[in-house]
Amino acid sequence: MNKAVNQKAWFFVLPVLVLVAFNAIVPLMTVVNYSVQETFGNNQFFWSGLTWFTDVLRSERFHASLTRQMIFTGSILLIEVPLGVLIALAMPRKGIWVSICLVLMAMPLLIPWNVVGAMWNIFALPNIGLMGKVLNDLGFDYNYTRQVGDAWFTLILMDVWHWTSLVVLLAYAGLVSIPDAYYQAAKIDGASRWAVLRFIQLPKMKRVLTIAILLRFMDSFNIYTEPVVLTGGGPGNSTTLLSIDLVKIALGQFDLGPAAAMSLIYFLVILLLSWIFYAVMTRNEEW
Amino acid sequence: MKRTSWLVPTIYILFLMLPIYWLISMSFKTTNEILGNFTLWPQHFTLANYRTIFTDPTWYMGYVNSISYVTLNTVISVTVALPAAYAFSRYRFLGDKHLFFWLLTNRMAPAAVFALPFFQLYSAIGLFDTYLAVALAHTLFNVPLAVWILEGFMSGVPRQLDETAYVDGYSFPRFFTRIFIPNIKAGIGVAAFFCFMFSWVELLLAKTLTSVAAKPIAATMTKTASSSGYELGLLAAAGTLTIIPGAIVIYFVRNYIAKGFALGRV
Repeated sequence: MNKAVNQKAWFFVLPVLVLVAFNAIVPLMTVVNYSVQETFGNNQFFWSGLTWFTDVLRSERFHASLTRQMIFTGSILLIEVPLGVLIALAMPRKGIWVSICLVLMAMPLLIPWNVVGAMWNIFALPNIGLMGKVLNDLGFDYNYTRQVGDAWFTLILMDVWHWTSLVVLLAYAGLVSIPDAYYQAAKIDGASRWAVLRFIQLPKMKRVLTIAILLRFMDSFNIYTEPVVLTGGGPGNSTTLLSIDLVKIALGQFDLGPAAAMSLIYFLVILLLSWIFYAVMTRNEEW
Repeated sequence: MKRTSWLVPTIYILFLMLPIYWLISMSFKTTNEILGNFTLWPQHFTLANYRTIFTDPTWYMGYVNSISYVTLNTVISVTVALPAAYAFSRYRFLGDKHLFFWLLTNRMAPAAVFALPFFQLYSAIGLFDTYLAVALAHTLFNVPLAVWILEGFMSGVPRQLDETAYVDGYSFPRFFTRIFIPNIKAGIGVAAFFCFMFSWVELLLAKTLTSVAAKPIAATMTKTASSSGYELGLLAAAGTLTIIPGAIVIYFVRNYIAKGFALGRV
């Protein structure tokens, strides 16, 4: 599409620009400001250069929570994306069941995040929660507040429960947009089920899957409320993801300098990974 | 494959419903029953938990507060996003692509990073503990998303429509409100749905920016959970009630959901 060049279009963008700039740039500058200063209280600040950044980058605590974050984000992407595509493929294409499926599947997406955490908390309690009780009755020694493995299992299961639907809905939207002619052509050529998936459905879903993976990546990297309510980062520090650690440092210990430096590094990591992924996924198309 | 394919969504939906069922069933149980013995459904069915919520202002005002700032946020986000999305979908201008990407980067900003600066910013301008503060703070991630969705829908409307209207002597504002907006009704619905959804489920910023007057229901819940000990039934009832607005909203947009989740760009 060749759009008309019109610099006056800036006036249309102006309200958005003002609003987002107010919300993004002022706080971001505050964070930058803290990240290069040292304070001993009394609102006295001293220039400290890049000390906080080198401190954070060298600290084992940051490495540990970054590693946990990577493992978490990696696992949920590996589970949610294939599972979401599988479910979307199996969904009905026409009729009343489509609406029913979509409405029921969208439910977890609209539950406030702390309620999701609280819901899983009581669902998984070993003695009185449905899942915890059933697992223990089946002979598993399951207790997510004591055992690291169980805590991780519950955390990942909760995220799969919460967000797989987003992938399903996006993948489904991609699937229904494929014209029937493609399938008829495949049938004439005698293409196998696998070939249809590989050469028609997956390529046609590429754009929506890109959106799905990007959204899931960004949001899982930012996850805070659900794990805090579910496990509180424990047992020990075993499920302390990046956001949780950051809030502990900033609001718990009030170490503003290190927290600000960590925030910026954290934000840059997300930006960089999103950008690389986006560039790789869209390298063959003009956008 | 064909004959058994209904099994996959069915099992998935069952898996989705189990924790929700547990929450709802718990909300009708007495605390004694919850802590005492394991029961699959309420043996001593009680509405006491709901009665507490509907009679205690600290509880029900939480809902009023949440719905107020969510609605305000949806209105602000969609209103400012409409002209911007139109500009992105119809014109090329200096820095348009960079601006679009910059807007999207705000969708990636971790709320934890912004919590403290937001608190200072909104305290400084005297908006702390108001609906407007939370509504404005949530525009940080909702406006980019609304622009993104609306741009997709608008690009689906042929540009001949604009040109014909101008030839017919429509002025821009009249064209925009009378002809263009009715043409992208679905897009506006979907954008509003997303703004509602992300503002409704977010807690960290909403909690940081409020103390009493505008405190969201979700924050009331966390406070109760820690202060009054183990009132799981009450917590479950409050949680159940937070699912209802979402369920109503989904019902209204059910026919647009699939397309909306693809952000109109499929």
